Amino acid sequence: MLLVRCPWCGDRDEAEFRYGGQADVDYPADPHQLDDASWGEYLFVRANPLGSFNERWMHTAGCRRWFSLVRDTATNEMSPDIPRRRESR
Amino acid sequence: MVADGNTPAPPERLWRNPEPKRNYDVVIVGAGGHGLATAYYLARNHGITDIAVVERGWLAGGNMARNTTIIRSNYLLDASAALYDHALRLWEELPEELDYEFHFSQRGVLNLAHTEQEVRDARRRAFANELNGVDAEWLTPDEIAEVCPILDTSPNLRYPVLGATYQRRAGIAKHDLVAWGLARKCDEMGVDFVQNREVTGFLTDGDRVVGVRTDKGDIGAGRVGLAAAGRTTLLTDTLGLRLPLQSHPLQAMATEILEPVHPCVVMSNHVHVYTSQAHKGELVLGAGIDTHNGYAQRGSVHVVENQLAAAVELFPVFARAHLLRTWAGTVDVTPDASPIIGPTPYENLFVNCGWGTGGFKATPGAGWVFAHTIATGSPHPLNEPYGMERFTTGALIDEHGAAAVAH
Ligand SMILES: Cc1cc2nc3c(=O)[nH]c(=O)nc-3n(C[C@H](O)[C@H](O)[C@H](O)COP(=O)(O)OP(=O)(O)OC[C@H]3O[C@@H](n4cnc5c(N)ncnc54)[C@H](O)[C@@H]3O)c2cc1C
Ligand SMILES: [Zn+2]
Repeated sequence: MLLVRCPWCGDRDEAEFRYGGQADVDYPADPHQLDDASWGEYLFVRANPLGSFNERWMHTAGCRRWFSLVRDTATNEMSPDIPRRRESR
Repeated sequence: MVADGNTPAPPERLWRNPEPKRNYDVVIVGAGGHGLATAYYLARNHGITDIAVVERGWLAGGNMARNTTIIRSNYLLDASAALYDHALRLWEELPEELDYEFHFSQRGVLNLAHTEQEVRDARRRAFANELNGVDAEWLTPDEIAEVCPILDTSPNLRYPVLGATYQRRAGIAKHDLVAWGLARKCDEMGVDFVQNREVTGFLTDGDRVVGVRTDKGDIGAGRVGLAAAGRTTLLTDTLGLRLPLQSHPLQAMATEILEPVHPCVVMSNHVHVYTSQAHKGELVLGAGIDTHNGYAQRGSVHVVENQLAAAVELFPVFARAHLLRTWAGTVDVTPDASPIIGPTPYENLFVNCGWGTGGFKATPGAGWVFAHTIATGSPHPLNEPYGMERFTTGALIDEHGAAAVAH
């Protein structure tokens, strides 16, 4: 069971959250320019690292807000710092 | 292991542990069931025996050693039914062919329906199965009670059992014995198994792959086939090849050994648990993946709690069974819950991955089509729809939408 730190509510049991996958996946800046391969990549491909992963969680059973955190996918260790959106790519 | 009437005593030695040569016609990454079956059919169907199967741990110690061994082919979509039923037909002939008893037990699988919509979906799947030549029946609660008397088919449950599809040819097999039987035959045909050696990247010549890098030196290869399950993207990332895969923990568990009480396999997507009784007597249970990505081979307790609650509700007799072990594997999941099997943009590099929670049942079929793909350079008709280009063309094989769960 993971202990997840909601930036607003503090440390809570994983069961209170919904997982949202990789953080900072932006909608394409100019969608009309995208070819099929780029659309496929945007829709379906996400990073899958062994180690540090910047990801989204939603505190569904609490404040219901989305936030990002950095977790090590091998050890589940979570960084106490909340990543700032752009720097954390 | 001691022979106990259920499990045969293993022979002294099933395969050699040779030092790898500098070059092979084919290098397969991963000695799980799929890597072994691929080597087997490369040798048997295509006469290619200059093969090394390179394994970072021990042979068949990955998801092959951790799965709940359910084998069935009652998938909804045509492409899936064809692939999984091909596998099931191979399972039926494999024990004799390998001359190795791995206790393939066609005890039947019940897929329960708990809502009106699930009843409609399940009956549709059974009709689709019949049209595809896959055996399928629809059972009422009374008929289910005859097949599996320990299941609570009364209307008193929060999610009462309204019916089930039943595939009689489905069942389970002893996974370790499957791996050992395949490894022994491969070894006899000259395949080298190289254990405790991790592939870390590739040797390339432009857009051609010409070998693998490992933590103990390079190995040249005419062709390279990846059967590395949950760790595929760690390798393809080194080539800048981005695959639509996410690796997740998937847990299973087993109770103490009990007398035979559970005659078949039962799966429920709605309350989400699946159970069978192993040959030795443990009740084996599993459910879905943990939601987060992870390589720790360790999942979260609340996932176990949820499936045990579902199991005890469906099977009141389980309430007193002691859970002895839980464990997790690392499974790679695709957006459409179907595998990726085919060539890559790199010449001579082929992938077999994305089997998620349900690749054990496909073991011989996956090996058959992947061997064909590696040997001929292009997919077998059965894995033609399973190329990675489907995520560009949109021709997805959406079994998740179709069957809700992919085991
Ligand atoms: C808990 C659980 C329950 C499951 N239940 C079922 C079920 O009931 N029915 C079903 O059909 N399927 C089930 N599955 C899924 C099934 O186990 C997998 O889909 C299947 O095992 C995948 O193919 P494989 O056997 O080759 O994988 P694995 O056995 O995982 O083989 C991959 C091998 O590659 C090795 N490897 C990885 N990276 C490298 C590298 N860089 N270098 C060298 N070697 C490497 C690994 O060590 C591993 O041995 C379950 C899985 C789990 C975890
Ligand atoms: Zn909160």
